[in-house]
Amino acid sequence: MLEVDGVLVRFGERVVLDDVSLTVNDGEIVGLLGPSGCGKSTLLRLIAGLQPIDSGVVRWDGEDLVNVPAHARRFGFVFQDQQLFPHMDVAANVGFGLKMAHVSKQAIVERVGELLELVGLPGYERRSIATLSGGEGQRVALARALAPQPRLLLLDEPFSALDRELHDRLAVEVRGLLRHLGMTAIHVTHDPDEAAVVCDRVIRLAEPST
Amino acid sequence: MERRRSRLTLLGVAPALFVLLFFAWPVAAIVARGLSGGGVTDVLRDASLRRVAWFTVWQAVLSTACAVALGLPLAFVLARYRFRGRSLVESLLVVPFVLPTVVVGAAFLALLHGEQSVRGVLLAHVFFNVPVVVRTVTPLWRKLDPRFADAARTLGAGRVQVWRNVTLPMLRQAVLAAAGIVFLFTFTSFGVVLLLGGPRRRTLEVEIYQRTAQQLDLRSAAALALVQLVALGGLLLWSSRSQARAAVRQRLADHTQPARLVVLVPVLLTAFALFGLPMVALARRAGRWSSAVGTVGRAALVMSLRTALIAAFVAAVLGAMAGVAIARQGRVSRWLDAGLMLPLGTSAVTVGFGLLITFNRAPVDLRGSAVIVPLAHALIGLPFVVRSVVPVLRSIDPRQRDAAAMLGATPAQTWWSIDAPLLRRGLLTGLAFAFAISLGEFGATSFLIRRGNPTLPTLIGELLGKPGVANNQQAYALAVILAIVTAVVMVLVDALNMRTDRA
Repeated sequence: MLEVDGVLVRFGERVVLDDVSLTVNDGEIVGLLGPSGCGKSTLLRLIAGLQPIDSGVVRWDGEDLVNVPAHARRFGFVFQDQQLFPHMDVAANVGFGLKMAHVSKQAIVERVGELLELVGLPGYERRSIATLSGGEGQRVALARALAPQPRLLLLDEPFSALDRELHDRLAVEVRGLLRHLGMTAIHVTHDPDEAAVVCDRVIRLAEPST
Repeated sequence: MERRRSRLTLLGVAPALFVLLFFAWPVAAIVARGLSGGGVTDVLRDASLRRVAWFTVWQAVLSTACAVALGLPLAFVLARYRFRGRSLVESLLVVPFVLPTVVVGAAFLALLHGEQSVRGVLLAHVFFNVPVVVRTVTPLWRKLDPRFADAARTLGAGRVQVWRNVTLPMLRQAVLAAAGIVFLFTFTSFGVVLLLGGPRRRTLEVEIYQRTAQQLDLRSAAALALVQLVALGGLLLWSSRSQARAAVRQRLADHTQPARLVVLVPVLLTAFALFGLPMVALARRAGRWSSAVGTVGRAALVMSLRTALIAAFVAAVLGAMAGVAIARQGRVSRWLDAGLMLPLGTSAVTVGFGLLITFNRAPVDLRGSAVIVPLAHALIGLPFVVRSVVPVLRSIDPRQRDAAAMLGATPAQTWWSIDAPLLRRGLLTGLAFAFAISLGEFGATSFLIRRGNPTLPTLIGELLGKPGVANNQQAYALAVILAIVTAVVMVLVDALNMRTDRA
């Protein structure tokens, strides 16, 4: 269970997040909805450990995460623009997290195959990142985040760069996939329809009072 | 994360110490020597030196004017026209950057049948600096929207008026920046003037060399070097300011059009004449070069290769450390960046003369030691390594590192999997540049090299200064070899880089 309690973040003078609290239960998919600039991406990054907090607490199953660096939190992150590693092929991207966890080569090969199957891209192992379409790239990014079996998956507007039709199809697919895996997830979006499709519960962030 | 950033900045300590020890200290030594004993006032009163200073200035002004005048048409053709072989012409324009001074000097001597004159000096300066103008001006020109010119035409402006009132003002900053760099290069020109100018035409650099090496008058040489350093400091300040202003960008777009042969052919022919004819003359007058090289030539080649290997290695290690530290932005990294660029701005002679008068007595007497020349070359190559590493590292989207961290990579693992592969590529380019620069370095080496154990460029310089057809032929032959070795290094690295690009 994730608990965010009374979190405050400042960028210089500007208060981006002011006393924000939320709870995500195991197996729940929570949507964070709000206009751009309301701090929803910042909230996601501080949960991930990529963004320092000025005050407040983030806890996982009661453990305070403030001093746990991003790479030790065992959370997954899907970036809006994928951030696949351009100098590695699809298999190396998907297997990256497993390699970091010192999983054996053989086991990585098998797991990468399974995951590519799961996201609908079987046989894509040797493809270079540059040859992927937007939708394929986002599926690879999802497979990469899921590979090390994170405790919590964080999705930062993962479909916003895709065209309408692909966007709708992927939203349904991702919902099915996360449900199937019993994944706990936070899904950030500015699109209420998408949030309704993907999430069990939606939290709205208001625009910051300035 | 903050702690990690400051730890990486610590990598800058070693390169900073290197530059302090082998550049800042020697420069301080020049200042101290120059100021002591009234050397500066003597030098400023010396009428013959006023002639030298005057020649230094006017040849630099004239060289700059010629380089700009010949560079602009070429820049225009490359910026505005589409034609077969355009990218070939563009990549050939890199060649003069890495061609050793003595090779170009020998080539123009061959072309002018051994005649030493101002003409030769100007031609060689134009040869080196037209590419500087083209490469500074072309990118900006390519981005200038031609519809500004169209608008002026509809308002009744003729071609010449359009050029004077619309195009030139928009290019002004880039042209000024290029002219600043060219003036700097030609003002501090050493090898070209020494080889092509003849005994009576000397720039300040050559004068410093002759006072040191031939008259053994270190006092007035140091005073002259100080005068030169002050002049250079002013010039550098001015040119860095005009460069910053030139960085303003216009619209991003490609506005090329099919080439008009009437314009294209004469421009390219002139370029070919300037760059190709001297090389052809050099190759033809080298005669049967295999027999002309001899044991002395072979020894010099080995000496050059060994020096270049050590220099490139030292420059690469220090440059990689400095690059990683500088790529993490911050105040310390800005200072480090500026500090490491300084040896590039001052002249090679300052570096050589400074090292000579600093390390010539206990506790560290490096005169005639085998390490002093490679160290000087490493110092000169270092900025090139840093310049090829930093942009590559800065091009990494910081969220790539976030992505790696989210997949469980520790900071060290993140660095190895994200930064290191790109660093390797930038480093390879920098290494090649440092190697090529060391192979061709002439100015600083002239001060530091042991007699009887020359590098290839200093041997060529020595042979060109001696009378006799046989000496000249041997010099030409060695120049051809030096050019080929340099070219092979650059082509090899280009090919390697392309392969890693594709992988």
